[in-house]
Amino acid sequence: MSTLAVHDHGVVHHEESHEHHHKATFLNTYVFSQDHKYIAKQFLVTGIIMAFIAMSLSILFRIQLAYPEKSFPFLTTLLGHFAPNGRISADFYMSLVTIHGTIMVFFVLTAGLSGTFANLLIPLQIGARDMASPFVNMLSYWFFLMASIVMLSSFFVQSGPASGGWTIYPPLSALPKSMPGSGMGMTLWLVSMVMFIASQLMGGINYISTVLNMRTKGMDLWKMPLTVWALFLTAVLGVLSFPVLVAGVVLLIFDRSAGTSFYLSDIVLNGSVQPYEGGSPILFQHLFWFLGHPEVYIVIMPAMGLSSEVLSVNSRKPIFGYHAMVYSLIGISVLSFIVWGHHMFVTGMNPFLGGVFMITTLIIAVPSAVKTFNWLATLWRGNIRFTPAMLFAIGMVSFFISGGLTGIFLGNAALDINLHDTYFVVAHFHLVMGSAAIFGMLAGVYHWFPKMFRRMMDERLGYLHFWLTFIGAYLVFFPMHFMGLEGVPRRYYAFTEFESMKHWLTVNVFITWSAIMAGIAQLAFAYNFIHSIFWGKKTVQNPWNSNTLEWTAPIEHHHGNWIGEIPTVYRWPYDYSKPGHDEDFIPQHIPFSQTMSSNLPHDFEDNPGGLAEHTKWTDAQKANEAVK
Amino acid sequence: MGFKHLINSKKTLSLFAAFVLFGTNLMAQTPAQGDAATVDKGAMWTGIAYYVLLFLVAAVCVAIVGKILRVYDLTQKMQGKKGINWNGVMGICCAIFIVAGIYGAYWSLTVQGAMKLPESASAHGGSIDDMFTTTTILTLIVFVITQICLFGFAFVYRGSDKRKAHFLPHNNTIEKVWTIIPAIVLTILVVFGFFTWQRVENSSQQKGDINIDVTGHQFAWEIRYPGADGELGSLNFRLTTAANKLGVDFKDRHSFDDLSADTLVVPVDKSIRLNIHAQDVIHSVYMPHFRLQQNAVPGLPTFFKFVPTITTAKMRMITGNANFEYLLYCNKICGSGHWNMQKVVRVVSQAEYQDWITKQKPYLSDQLRKELHVADSKPANQVSASNRLAVNN
Ligand code: HEM
Ligand SMILES: [Cu+2]
Ligand SMILES: [Cu+2]
Repeated sequence: MSTLAVHDHGVVHHEESHEHHHKATFLNTYVFSQDHKYIAKQFLVTGIIMAFIAMSLSILFRIQLAYPEKSFPFLTTLLGHFAPNGRISADFYMSLVTIHGTIMVFFVLTAGLSGTFANLLIPLQIGARDMASPFVNMLSYWFFLMASIVMLSSFFVQSGPASGGWTIYPPLSALPKSMPGSGMGMTLWLVSMVMFIASQLMGGINYISTVLNMRTKGMDLWKMPLTVWALFLTAVLGVLSFPVLVAGVVLLIFDRSAGTSFYLSDIVLNGSVQPYEGGSPILFQHLFWFLGHPEVYIVIMPAMGLSSEVLSVNSRKPIFGYHAMVYSLIGISVLSFIVWGHHMFVTGMNPFLGGVFMITTLIIAVPSAVKTFNWLATLWRGNIRFTPAMLFAIGMVSFFISGGLTGIFLGNAALDINLHDTYFVVAHFHLVMGSAAIFGMLAGVYHWFPKMFRRMMDERLGYLHFWLTFIGAYLVFFPMHFMGLEGVPRRYYAFTEFESMKHWLTVNVFITWSAIMAGIAQLAFAYNFIHSIFWGKKTVQNPWNSNTLEWTAPIEHHHGNWIGEIPTVYRWPYDYSKPGHDEDFIPQHIPFSQTMSSNLPHDFEDNPGGLAEHTKWTDAQKANEAVK
Repeated sequence: MGFKHLINSKKTLSLFAAFVLFGTNLMAQTPAQGDAATVDKGAMWTGIAYYVLLFLVAAVCVAIVGKILRVYDLTQKMQGKKGINWNGVMGICCAIFIVAGIYGAYWSLTVQGAMKLPESASAHGGSIDDMFTTTTILTLIVFVITQICLFGFAFVYRGSDKRKAHFLPHNNTIEKVWTIIPAIVLTILVVFGFFTWQRVENSSQQKGDINIDVTGHQFAWEIRYPGADGELGSLNFRLTTAANKLGVDFKDRHSFDDLSADTLVVPVDKSIRLNIHAQDVIHSVYMPHFRLQQNAVPGLPTFFKFVPTITTAKMRMITGNANFEYLLYCNKICGSGHWNMQKVVRVVSQAEYQDWITKQKPYLSDQLRKELHVADSKPANQVSASNRLAVNN
């Protein structure tokens, strides 16, 4: 309540003297800014940089997979002792996949995605002047940046970065002697992760309280755009599941440095008997995946929300089945807490438990299917405007279908026996997460760029970027399914020692070159992004003829978002192409009294007064007709 | 105010850019060790310069095409015509993509799909393969229909100024239909999957005809067969030494006749129980030809019971590969040697198996004997004599 009061007070200032009551200095405007719009940009730029770094790492290990026996002197120049004689070492290969996965999942698709769009869109779309606690919001960014720096700093450690896979299963990650990356690199990984989770919690609590308490007049929950619903539910998932990972990580830290045995038991390492007793490595897997599975939905749900919005705006049609979309998001959120065991079918967990997890897992496919069909129905008989954002949203749906369907194989415990930890899994999660979620994020960047930077991105470069990336991603990940079906395990440094895997070498070369092409296409995006920030075409206030509130805020950014009063909301955000209205969109802040010709009885379901007005008006119209 | 906006995002961005560049430079400066690398430095830089040049040429081409398009667009507009209709172009691209994409998927499925595993070499694997086929058919139908709808709609309903979209916020009937149909299909899959899974796993609860211990450590597998008594001696990790690699407990009398082997040889059509152990970190016993995988977890012994149905010799004929071998590999990240932790698995006839097992060395090696001072209590010839009975059936 007090924050609300402070903000109202701020409004008065805005109106009267157009000056802040605290002095705007360089530091608090451009570095330690508490303005949600600026923090969003900080998250975005950091996220994009992390994405480019993680992508470069993937190109490095793809080179190793495609040319396991060739020497590339430039690798030695670039990486020093991590790549002796022009070849990436087996240990460093493991580090590369580990850090690639960690950065992509956590730093890009969790912080970069939610951080950017929750910050930008929640206050602007629900009509709030800022987050519930701008200061904590600022801290959330700085913790994220520190976590990123610590994570990257592990590349400068002699023994190399963490290398036990992004899932860091103990005992591998708990025993510093079991591999070089489990030494200092793993310590840095854990420290970074703790800071990262702190950042997530501060952000998440803010998003939740802002959505719950600070909506503008008229913005009830069922008038919120799907973006806000998705970001809100994502934050709830994060707040409930990330603390469990902290618990897991803290116990791991104890095992590593305090000599406890939470995850360790009966260990003989390199022939020497270790004193650990009574722990269970499986405990860590339960804790990890209790976060880990909700985490994958933390990654995909914002992408779903952004895509829903972009698809609707650019089809010039209401999103099909708004209520079903919200209920399926809620369903996915709830179910995502009871399916984590599908990552552990073959760990030796009780088979009956495996059966239960398989049932819950396949249930979660139903709301996902509903969402997909609703997106298709949204396109049906639309008037589709192919902005780059729209293309990326369509691409997101395509990847989500392809990757989601393979989930039905993996969720089936019997099939998972042979598919677990093979390239089939790699193909699955890269399509559904590495591609679909990234595409949702890119759709968001292209769509809300004008809101963030007051300029437009170049459309043609956007088209080029889309097609190269879209085709590239399919070329990279589609063949991996078949490697998995032949039982090729993931995280293998080279396929050279196995006669049976050698026929995949040509496919690996093909995949690597596709990946390099897709990687180069990202330079088109980087150029477009940076160039447009400074020299892009100036935007108009509502460039996409969109209904949501953020486009009613002035183009120039103000601390407080709207000059004067915050608009009141009267209708849902999807009144596109409503029959009877002359334009093909009616923004949320337009009252029904101004759109008599397009109102429907359905618009007044919980508003008897409005319905009476509407009936009176239609009767009058009818009478007029009769007179004519 | 205006000035502040000017430095607003530019400053931060260029700072970030500088940081990134600096970062990569730093990376490059980590001490280079490989002497071989220094020799052809010159060649290396020309190689890199070549690729950079190639990239620049491509970038220039893209820029030129972009400029041409823009000029064309502008002249069209100056002549009062409409510029390039990007909606139309992208709609057509979507149509091309779906046709080419479906063909590509078909090609990939038939050519690369043909490289998948041969028929299952275990009894339970058949039902897994059947499930797989059913699931593949169902998902492929959904895949093709939804992708065609997606890009088909994108093409058919590409935007035009003349049309207005059809206002269709919801339709409860169709929504119910496409909630219930997936629910039914998934229920069928779940039920079949559940029973298949129970069958596969429950069979592994029973005691096998032959018990074999498979133990993973960095980076190899150790294999232990029971001796004449058909029972494996118990383990205690504290007893592990250089000679007693697995920590077999010789207080247990079953331990004395245990055998250690280099290859996992199993007789066809017998039920085999693999007892799976790990010593240091988690490994995973993965034998894809038998549709078999089970993690090896330190401190948590696991097992998998299966019945091999196709001998190695027969599989060589089926695959047309005279050198074919079944393999066991490690499928859980376990360190730098993870990628090469293989063991040959051989399925042989009953007679061949009996022949083979008699030739295996006792686990209780001479050195271990010395260590344990048991040389007197159990004469060597007695152990080897009893080996013949190890088949225990
Ligand atoms: C240029 C595009 C990409 C390529 C070529 C690529 C390639 C790969 C490959 C081949 C692996 C498996 C390595 C192995 O088994 O040894 C892998 C792992 C992984 N990738 Fe990607 N990837 C890309 C983009 C992404 C994106 C966008 C994400 C974001 C979610 C992502 C997340 C992951 C994760 C989580 C892993 C698992 C890491 C591990 O388990 O160690 N990747 N990637
Ligand atoms: Cu999961
Ligand atoms: Cu291993």
